[in-house]
Amino acid sequence: MMFRLEKRPSPSRFWAAVTPVLAVLATMIAGGVMFWLLGKDPFETIRIIFWDPLFHETFGPYSRPQLLVKAGPLILIAIGLSLGFRAGIWNIGAEGQYIMGAIIGAGLGLAVYPTESRLIFPLMVVAGGFGGWAWAMIPALLRVRFGTNEILVSLMLVYVAEAFLASVSQGLLRNPDGMGFPGSRNFKDYPAAHNGEILAGTGMHWGVAAALVAVIFAHVLLSRHMLGFQVRLSGGAPRAARFAGVRPARLVLFCLGTSGALAGMAGLFEVSGPAGQISIDFNSGYGFTAIIVAFLGRLNPLGILLAGLLMALTYIGGELASLMLGIPAAAIQLFQGMLLFFLLAMDIFTNFRIRLKKPEAA
Amino acid sequence: MKRRTILKGAGALALGSALGGRALAAEPTKVGFIYVGPIGDGGWTYEHDKGRLAVEAHFGDAVETMYQESVPEGADAERAIAQMALAGADLIFTTSFGYMDATIAAAQKFPNVKFEHATGYKTAPNVSVYSARFYEGRAVQGIIAGHMTKSNVIGYIASFPIPEVIRGINSAFIHARKVNPDVQFKVIWVYTWFDPAKEADAAKALIEQGADVVLQHTDSTAPQAAAQEAGNVITFGQASDMAEYAPLPRVSSIIDNWAPYYIERTQAVMDGTWQSVNTWDGIGKGMVKIGEISSAVPADVKAEAEAMITAIASGEYHPFTGPLKKQDGTPWLGEGEVADDGTLAGLNFYVEGLEGEVPS
Repeated sequence: MMFRLEKRPSPSRFWAAVTPVLAVLATMIAGGVMFWLLGKDPFETIRIIFWDPLFHETFGPYSRPQLLVKAGPLILIAIGLSLGFRAGIWNIGAEGQYIMGAIIGAGLGLAVYPTESRLIFPLMVVAGGFGGWAWAMIPALLRVRFGTNEILVSLMLVYVAEAFLASVSQGLLRNPDGMGFPGSRNFKDYPAAHNGEILAGTGMHWGVAAALVAVIFAHVLLSRHMLGFQVRLSGGAPRAARFAGVRPARLVLFCLGTSGALAGMAGLFEVSGPAGQISIDFNSGYGFTAIIVAFLGRLNPLGILLAGLLMALTYIGGELASLMLGIPAAAIQLFQGMLLFFLLAMDIFTNFRIRLKKPEAA
Repeated sequence: MKRRTILKGAGALALGSALGGRALAAEPTKVGFIYVGPIGDGGWTYEHDKGRLAVEAHFGDAVETMYQESVPEGADAERAIAQMALAGADLIFTTSFGYMDATIAAAQKFPNVKFEHATGYKTAPNVSVYSARFYEGRAVQGIIAGHMTKSNVIGYIASFPIPEVIRGINSAFIHARKVNPDVQFKVIWVYTWFDPAKEADAAKALIEQGADVVLQHTDSTAPQAAAQEAGNVITFGQASDMAEYAPLPRVSSIIDNWAPYYIERTQAVMDGTWQSVNTWDGIGKGMVKIGEISSAVPADVKAEAEAMITAIASGEYHPFTGPLKKQDGTPWLGEGEVADDGTLAGLNFYVEGLEGEVPS
C-alpha cells in the first residue's frame, strides 16, 4: 500500500477551514514534546500558553486587554497584506511601512507639541497612513514602471526605514528634555496626541477599533465589490483577469498602497499608544509577524481576525510560560514557528486528495 | 531568617500588607529580572544572570528569583514587567536602557513593588537607577590597545549612540592616544545590543579596514570569534570575561559585577529599608572589574595598565581629566579639571582627535 497525492480541481473549502485547527493541535503535540524534552511539564506549559492569559485569576484580568493590544496591529497590517497576497502581489515590507507611518504621524504630533486640539490625533492617523502609503508606493511604482520585483524592493526598504528610524530618534525627533538620550517625547504625557484606551481597562485603543473596521471593510470588499472580485481573479487566474479587463498596474498600486497605508496607521497607533514614543527599536516586528497572521488566517478577513488573536495569545502565553517556568525565549519562538510550519504543511490536504494506491504486481 | 521569625509574630498580617499586600507573609522575597538578551549571550545578560544566581546563593530559601529573557525594548517591555509584578515580585531589576519608560509606567501601576532600572536616568519613589562606570575600564583598554596596535587603527563596535557608549569611545580613545599619538579609531554603529551576525560583520569590516584591535560595546562573543579567525587581531571581553578567547585574541576584559549590588538591594527590601537611589559605581567599589590581562600583553604594558587600575580604584586618577578639547576644538576641561558626573551622564560629543561624528 502506498499513498498517492491527487491534485484537487479546486482547493477544498472543508480542509481550508479545518487545517488551522489541526495545525494548532499538531503544534500543541510537537511543542509539548519539546517542552517535555526541556524538562518542563508539557501539559502545564500548554495550559499556561493557551489558557492562563485568558482565564488565570491573577494574570487574566491584565492579559485579556493585552491580547487586543497585541492583536490590533497584527490584524490591521495582515488585512492589508492579504489583499495583495490574494492578487499575487507580495508586499513583504510592511515593517518598513509601519515604521515610516509611525515616524510621519508621530512627527506631525511632535511638531505641534504642546498644542491642545481635538484635531491633532486624527490628523496624525492620516499622516501615519500617508507615510506608510508613500513608502509602499516606491516598490509599487518601480514594479509598474520598470517591472522590478516588489518582494525584494519592499523588503530592502525595511532596512532603509530602520536606519531612518535610528536617525530621527537620535536627531530630528529626539526629546529636547531627554538629556541627549535617544527617543522622542512620550505621548502619554501629551493628551492631544495620545492613543489611549477608548474604555479604560479594556485594552481597546483606536488602533484596535481600526483593525475591526478594516476586517469588516475587507470582507465587504472581497465578497461584494468589483475591485474585490478583480483581486481574487488576478490571484486565481491572471490570464483570465486580463481578458476580464483587469488592469494589473492599477491593481498593484491599489494593493500595495492599501497595505502600506494600513501598516502606516498601525505604526502610528502603536507609537502613540502602547509603545508611547519613537525610539530606536519601538517596532516589535509586527510587520513581519503580520505575514504569518495573514497566512494563518487563510487570507480571509474573518480568519485573520481569529489568527491575529491566536498569535497574540501565543505571544502573551509564551511570555507567561517563560516567566513562570523559566522556558527559554528561543523555545517559545520555536513553538510559534511550529504553528506556521504545520499550517503550511497541512495545506497539502487543502490542495490534494490523498489516495491509497495498491502496489502494482511485481 | 530574621524576617521570617518576625513575620510569624502577631503583627504578621499588618506587616504583610505594609510590605505590598503579599498574600502569605511568610513567603520568600521574590526578586525578578528582565533581560534584553538570552541568559546565554556570554556578555551583558549573562553577567546580570550571574548576579541573580548570586542573590539565590546568598539568601537561600529566603528568596525566590524569576527572570524573563530576550524582552524587546518596545511596547512589550511594560507587559513583561507588569506580569512579573503580578506574579508576586517584590523587587524587579530591569536591565537595559530601553526599559526606562516602561519601568516608570509599570512602577506607577504597582506602587508597592520596588523597581531598579539599569543605566537610565528616570527615578520615582519606587524606582532606583543604577549603572557602572564602564568608562573606567575603557581607560585601561585604551592603554593596552594603544601599545599593542601595529597598524595604529583601532576598531570599535558601538551599539547605540547613548551617553554610556560615547563615554566608552572617548575614554578608550583618550588613553590610547596618550600612549600612542598616531592611533586612529574607526567606529561602526550596529544599533543593537545583541546580534551575533551583525556584530561579526562589523568586526570583519573593521579588520578589513586595517584594524588590528577591535573593541566592542555589544554583548555577544561573535567579534571575538571573527578576530580569532582573522588572526593577529586583539580584542577585549565585554561585560563578561569571555575568557574562552584568552590569551588571544582576548587580552583582557571589562567584567560587570552586579552581584554585590543585587544582594544589597534585596537585603534592603527584606529589611524594609529600601529607598530610591541613584547608584553609579566603578572599579573602586568593584562594580567594574578588569579581567586578567593575558600573557599576550608585554610585561611593561601590563604593568602600566595595572597601575592605571590602581590609580582609578583609589580615586587618585579620573579618566576624564583635562586638558581635553571637544572634537570641534572648543575647550572642554582645563588643565587638571575633572569632568563632573552631570556632564558625563549626558555626554553626547566626541573629544578632539576622534574622526567621524556621533550619529544624530
